[in-house]
Amino acid sequence: MNFRTQSLLWTAQRASAAVLGLCVVVHLATMIYAVRGGLTAAEILARTQGSAAWFAFYSIFVLAIVVHVPIGLRAVLGEWLGWRSPSRDAVLVLLAAVIGWMGMRAILGVFS
Amino acid sequence: MKRPNLLVRVWRGKDDGVFQEFEVPRHASQTVLDVVTHIQRTLDPTLAYRFACRVGMCGSCAMTVNGVPRWTCRTHIDKAVKIENKLTIEPLRNLPVIRDLVTDMREFFDKWAKAKGSFEGSRTRHDDFALISSENKNRKEVNKGIECIGCAVCYSACDVVAQNPAYLGPASLNRAWTLVNDERDSKTLERLRAVAGDAGCHSCHTHMSCTEHCPKQISPTAGIAGLKRAVSRAVLKGML
Repeated sequence: MNFRTQSLLWTAQRASAAVLGLCVVVHLATMIYAVRGGLTAAEILARTQGSAAWFAFYSIFVLAIVVHVPIGLRAVLGEWLGWRSPSRDAVLVLLAAVIGWMGMRAILGVFS
Repeated sequence: MKRPNLLVRVWRGKDDGVFQEFEVPRHASQTVLDVVTHIQRTLDPTLAYRFACRVGMCGSCAMTVNGVPRWTCRTHIDKAVKIENKLTIEPLRNLPVIRDLVTDMREFFDKWAKAKGSFEGSRTRHDDFALISSENKNRKEVNKGIECIGCAVCYSACDVVAQNPAYLGPASLNRAWTLVNDERDSKTLERLRAVAGDAGCHSCHTHMSCTEHCPKQISPTAGIAGLKRAVSRAVLKGML
């Protein structure tokens, strides 16, 4: 991997961290609000099912995680295990796909 | 009142060496380098250590003192000793040990060269002097990092160097940052290319150990952050 890609990965991780910071605050605030208000699971589902806004918000949340986690793990694997070969990047691309699939599956579960 | 002697443990041998204990008389305003010199001159002449100027200019006497990387010529015993009278002196970390307290600095200085740490101007002797105001923003940025004496204290303190042997390290990146801000220098893009990526500025975790321990109060962390911004900007603009 050349220095340009490495540099872009660094930028992508910082940018995704900024998005995650916002998403986590909105997510936690919504959770606390929902629990304090005494909403049941059925009432929550009634609000999320068919809601394009929530679908878009959580899709962005998942996308940020898909970008952020593998890049961070890349540094951890390199520094802690000395794993710096191209196979590391291939495994992390796979991991990104798995995280994306699981995340979108969860979103579709409460949307549809 | 006479103060009790210092009990000094000194690293002997190479990476697989052992500690040797010495008793050294305590004096007022005594430095760690004074202690090492006393041992070498009066107790064991085979002790190997490195020093030159003794006044904090040359950067050659850095060692690990009670677990902390320090310039020994300017470190008073009173400052370094945490447990009364006990002093442990080892070579700098993250560098191969040649013998006793002497490390092989080649890797450290080779990385300065890899980071393109030498000035390359575009003017000749026939051109006028470059006039740069002391109020110039970039010049002020240069001033913050230019007093580095190359002692390798930051390199020894850096966890990223320990975990990633290819990492250029705080001193060479600080040097690169001073040159990126030097308006007379003509190799900025080549330098940004040299310091980018996994072995360069992007690997810094901002632990700030280099900044914490730098005897010249330089903040390589700030310079490295500047390099990260400069490289990202250049890559996004397609200049690199």
